[in-house]
Amino acid sequence: MLRIPCPHCGPRDEVEFRHAGSGVPLPEHATDEEWARVLYLRDTPLGPLTEQWVHVHGCRQWIHVVRDTRTHAIVETRPVSAPPAEPTS
Amino acid sequence: MEHAFRNPPLLWRHPEPRGHYDIIVVGGGLHGLSTAYHLASEHGLTNVAVVERGWLGNGNAVRNTTIIRSNYLREESMPLYDFCVRRWERWPEELGPEILFDQRSLLTLAHSQAEAAAAQRVVYANRMAGIDADWVSREDLPRLCPILDISDAPRYPVYGAALQPRGGIARHDAVVFHLARACDAAGVHLLQGCEVTGFLRSGNRITGVRTTRGDIAAGRVGLVGAGRTPLLARLAGIEVPVQSYPLQALVSDIHEPFLPCVALSGRLHMYVSQAHKGELVMGAARDPYRSYAQRGSSHILEQQLQAAMELYPIMARAHLLRVWAGTVDVSPDAAPIIGATPCDGLFLNCGWGTGGFKATPGSGVVFAHTLATGTPHPLSAAFGLERFTTGALVDEHGAAGVAH
Repeated sequence: MLRIPCPHCGPRDEVEFRHAGSGVPLPEHATDEEWARVLYLRDTPLGPLTEQWVHVHGCRQWIHVVRDTRTHAIVETRPVSAPPAEPTS
Repeated sequence: MEHAFRNPPLLWRHPEPRGHYDIIVVGGGLHGLSTAYHLASEHGLTNVAVVERGWLGNGNAVRNTTIIRSNYLREESMPLYDFCVRRWERWPEELGPEILFDQRSLLTLAHSQAEAAAAQRVVYANRMAGIDADWVSREDLPRLCPILDISDAPRYPVYGAALQPRGGIARHDAVVFHLARACDAAGVHLLQGCEVTGFLRSGNRITGVRTTRGDIAAGRVGLVGAGRTPLLARLAGIEVPVQSYPLQALVSDIHEPFLPCVALSGRLHMYVSQAHKGELVMGAARDPYRSYAQRGSSHILEQQLQAAMELYPIMARAHLLRVWAGTVDVSPDAAPIIGATPCDGLFLNCGWGTGGFKATPGSGVVFAHTLATGTPHPLSAAFGLERFTTGALVDEHGAAGVAH
């Protein structure tokens, strides 16, 4: 089980959180090709990956979690208002 | 000591790579091996290499729960998956009885009225497609699965189940060995310890692969990388809508036969069969986060075991021996992606997600056809990469055994 350091509550078990994937902004106008990218393309890089989680059984805040896909080590967590400098996905 | 089956003195050769092959299959899992096997057996193409970064029988090929069925819902999927079952029915004779293909029947449990209605819809769709399917009422279930608790005691009582009599299991490691031996005997090069690090190009055409064992040219290249597909696609500069997740499985100690069928519960993320050796082979839900670590979180296993205890109280006496995870390549519509890519000469077979083992024979047949001819096989024509742009998705979230 992951141990996720919530930026608001401190380290908590994964079961307190809901995984929410990697959101992207929706375009107002887009071609079919652009819609396909927006809707369906989410990379799985080998290494650090930025995802959003919700601390549903804690502070109920959305947070950014940067996790290494090779080791599950959590590199960084940040409040949703302060996204990591270089989102990888 | 008596052995039912004897091991051969040589499994397969370890050749040095040639400079050029007609076709290179990237990925030595079951679908890659099956592709190479059918290139040789159905198209007479033997100047073929399978390149595998690890070793054969290392990844998802031996991390699955060996379930075989074709009770999918969509008119695009049913013919493909049932073709796979029909090919499985030929394989004991073709590859050898050691693969222990066993059509012991398969139950898909429903835990509510709504689920029963959805399961019956699949049953009727299957029948119209010529696939064996029946609805079994709650009262009739003990005849098929005596250890199932059909009382109101479980948190999610069983309402009934869809039955596929031709569903079953096979011995996955034997399938790996027999496919690999058949490929080797046909002259296919099985290149293990050969990781693809890039692609050779001429304009928009892929002309070969760069590997840890040197550059190798090819007429056509097929990517069958399962969970590693996103990384391979990135090396080719293409984007594939597949994400990689851990999917965990478990095995118990050995027991006398007491579970005669395969039983799935999509609601509870619990699927189980008893291997010929006597172990309970169980599968869990996939973890929610993307990963290449080949392991998942413990609470997923706990939920799976809770469901096992609820549905099959006798399993309380079993002991958990091993857990492991594979990396599954999940597509947005829970259907595979098979066909051409934006690069000439590069073809893709991926996105089988949580249910690839059952498709091993047919996946190889259709992808061998694609690689040999450069055109889609009729059974896989609806599964091209372009469907994510056109919107013609093949939504199999309902019939996929594990929620994606």
